[in-house]
Amino acid sequence: MDIVKFTIDGKEIEVPKGTTVLQAARANGINIPSLCYLKDVNKTAACRVCLVEVGPKLIASCSLEAENGMAVKTNTKKVRDARRTVVELLLSNHKRECLTCIRSENCELQSLAKELNIRDIPYEGEKIKGDLDVSSKSIVRDPEKCILCGRCISTCGDVQSVYAIGYGNRGFKTKVTPAYERGLGDTVCTNCGQCIMACPVGALHEKENIVDVWKAIEDPEKVVIVQTAPAVRVALGEEFGLQRGTRVTGKMTAALKKLGFDYVFDTDFGADLTIMEEGTELLNRLNENKNLPLMSSCCPAWVKFVEHYYSDMLDNLSTCKSPSEMEGALIKSYFANKMGIDPKKIVSVSIMPCVAKKFEGDREELGKDGLSDIDYVLTTRELARMIKEAGIDFNNIEDDEFENPFGEATGAGVIFGATGGVTEAALRTIYEITSGEELKDVEFKAVRGTEGIKETEVKLKNGKTVKAVVVNGLANARKVLDEIKAGSKKYDFIEVMACPGGCVTGGGQPIINSREREEIDIKAQRAKGIYDEDKSLPIRKSHKNPYIIKLYKEFLGEPNSHVSHEYLHTHYVKRNKF
Amino acid sequence: MSNAENRLNDFDPNDSKGQEVKKFIQEHKNIKGGLIPVLHKIQDVYGYLPKETLNTVSDSMNIPLTEIYGVASFYSYFSLTPKGKHVIRVCLGTACYVKNSQAIIDEIGRELGITVGQTTSDGKFTLEATRCLGACGLSPVMMIDDKVFGRLVKDDVPKILSEFN
Ligand code: SF4
Ligand code: SF4
Ligand code: SF4
Ligand code: FES
Repeated sequence: MDIVKFTIDGKEIEVPKGTTVLQAARANGINIPSLCYLKDVNKTAACRVCLVEVGPKLIASCSLEAENGMAVKTNTKKVRDARRTVVELLLSNHKRECLTCIRSENCELQSLAKELNIRDIPYEGEKIKGDLDVSSKSIVRDPEKCILCGRCISTCGDVQSVYAIGYGNRGFKTKVTPAYERGLGDTVCTNCGQCIMACPVGALHEKENIVDVWKAIEDPEKVVIVQTAPAVRVALGEEFGLQRGTRVTGKMTAALKKLGFDYVFDTDFGADLTIMEEGTELLNRLNENKNLPLMSSCCPAWVKFVEHYYSDMLDNLSTCKSPSEMEGALIKSYFANKMGIDPKKIVSVSIMPCVAKKFEGDREELGKDGLSDIDYVLTTRELARMIKEAGIDFNNIEDDEFENPFGEATGAGVIFGATGGVTEAALRTIYEITSGEELKDVEFKAVRGTEGIKETEVKLKNGKTVKAVVVNGLANARKVLDEIKAGSKKYDFIEVMACPGGCVTGGGQPIINSREREEIDIKAQRAKGIYDEDKSLPIRKSHKNPYIIKLYKEFLGEPNSHVSHEYLHTHYVKRNKF
Repeated sequence: MSNAENRLNDFDPNDSKGQEVKKFIQEHKNIKGGLIPVLHKIQDVYGYLPKETLNTVSDSMNIPLTEIYGVASFYSYFSLTPKGKHVIRVCLGTACYVKNSQAIIDEIGRELGITVGQTTSDGKFTLEATRCLGACGLSPVMMIDDKVFGRLVKDDVPKILSEFN
């Protein structure tokens, strides 16, 4: 490797050739502010906040490669003044309403203004105007807060290969927009929410449902039932200052009861059920050699991606509803019946690491007799806001537990939260069902880890081999599907989670700013919490869950039965590519 | 992005404009930087960039529509909406500007209910602002189609427009 020697503020520094001055400085404890730069994703060098002095010139350090003999200065009057002017100009064209902004105290522009000691904004001019885009079921865009950094565009395009948004117009009129300035809800947007995670400011956020949920809780007529996805429990604590990835399952259930939910269920149960249904579906398709590869359908962003871009492969998608939707369907049928509750009085809420789930919750086909399987979806962030609003001392609350019949879940259900989890859980069950033997080592290490594409092959006792591929991030999914279509790859099963890292780093999770994103591997930290929880549970295979066994006995009959199809399966629609 | 060829075949074989565009796309689709010449061609052939045609460009050249839209909306040469039957171009060059051609633009805008870059809903007029038309002696100047009108005052506007109605 070639080494480059240069100085920053007089300090001798050696870095591999190709390193930018910004990276080199940060690696050596020298702080250079940045705003548009997002490691591995966005290098537009659009904001000029990261200016440094090199010779007579001011240069953006995020796109400046270090060279031998370079003498960089990061802390001169000239540099400080220039950075200040850059930020002042940004602020002069910004809808400054920090007090009521959803990103207040977690906004990179706000912290910059603070860091640079900006006390007034000398330039007052025309401000960019634009209507709030509320056309999407999941995401709200506020063009008046957008600083045109391009982080969302690179994420949507390069990371997700969805290309729902781009720059439009030019000069003062430049904006981030879907083609033809359409509403985001009217585009190929998959609602993955990764653009929200990338946005440094409050220009992109989830469509909140906090008010709706409070209203339901206050209504004495309603029975408000909540369920929480696997990935929420390893991230919620972060909103209360706990270390990233801390497991807070007990505190979370306790807080939900304090908030006033009537029943607190675990989506992990729905995940166990999904394994029963989807596992059986896979075995059937393998037997009939039909509609292979089977593609997972838990992730609504992935499903919508297929509906837009690969509508010729809709039959490959599993007909299984997602775990939360399955559980929602059972809450208003099996459970309501059991408890003698009128299903019309039930308000079913799910807490998800995800904003695409809001869109999913609204899908017409996910319901029965005019009742939606899920009424409201809250993100992990929204739940944290409700807990704060209610004044609950989250960190000191005493642990509580989920309630039955949807409270008991296995380790297999928990690992759905990490990429590879669905596949691992399915393999645990399929292996035992087809062999009748006990699977001793339940950990399929080949499908763990955060790489974008992981392949594995498992030989079943009946002689069949299952070739599976585990994918996270939609650009990776596009790659795999294109290879399948070109005939260069063949699989029996494809698991896709739209969000890089899977649901643990979903679009509804606590937002990590660009600096922290550089420093820690958040995907791995949260996934560790998930696998720890798996390990801690006495039962780790879905088909061994006693409540699952009971559910089939009392209500569903057997996996993929007629009743199952009525409640737990769904269909998809072809959507436009443009 | 599949079905690329299929979409190109959507061009009606009897439509000579469509065939001209199709041929041009085919020749440029694998060329780096081919997008801008293709958009120019489409603009020249149709007088604007029709939506359907841009979808075809996206598919056949494997360029996301948002990127094409970005380019098309960046350059003022391209128009995303069809132009009106008559194109009004008011000069905003220095000489005309000094003689307050902006007031003429405003007046036309008021008369027609549109702003610069827009077309009336009946498709009759498109209003544009242009750089120097080279008739500074007559400033302020405008052209409607290829007819020049000079030494304009605001009050001339209604009468001139009525000539084209
Ligand atoms: S939600 Fe996902 S698909 Fe939609 S605009 Fe954002 S990044 Fe793109
Ligand atoms: S919406 Fe956010 S991420 Fe996208 S360009 Fe604007 S400020 Fe940047
Ligand atoms: S990966 Fe998970 S969090 Fe992300 S869109 Fe899919 S289901 Fe939602
Ligand atoms: S230009 Fe370097 S961070 Fe924006």
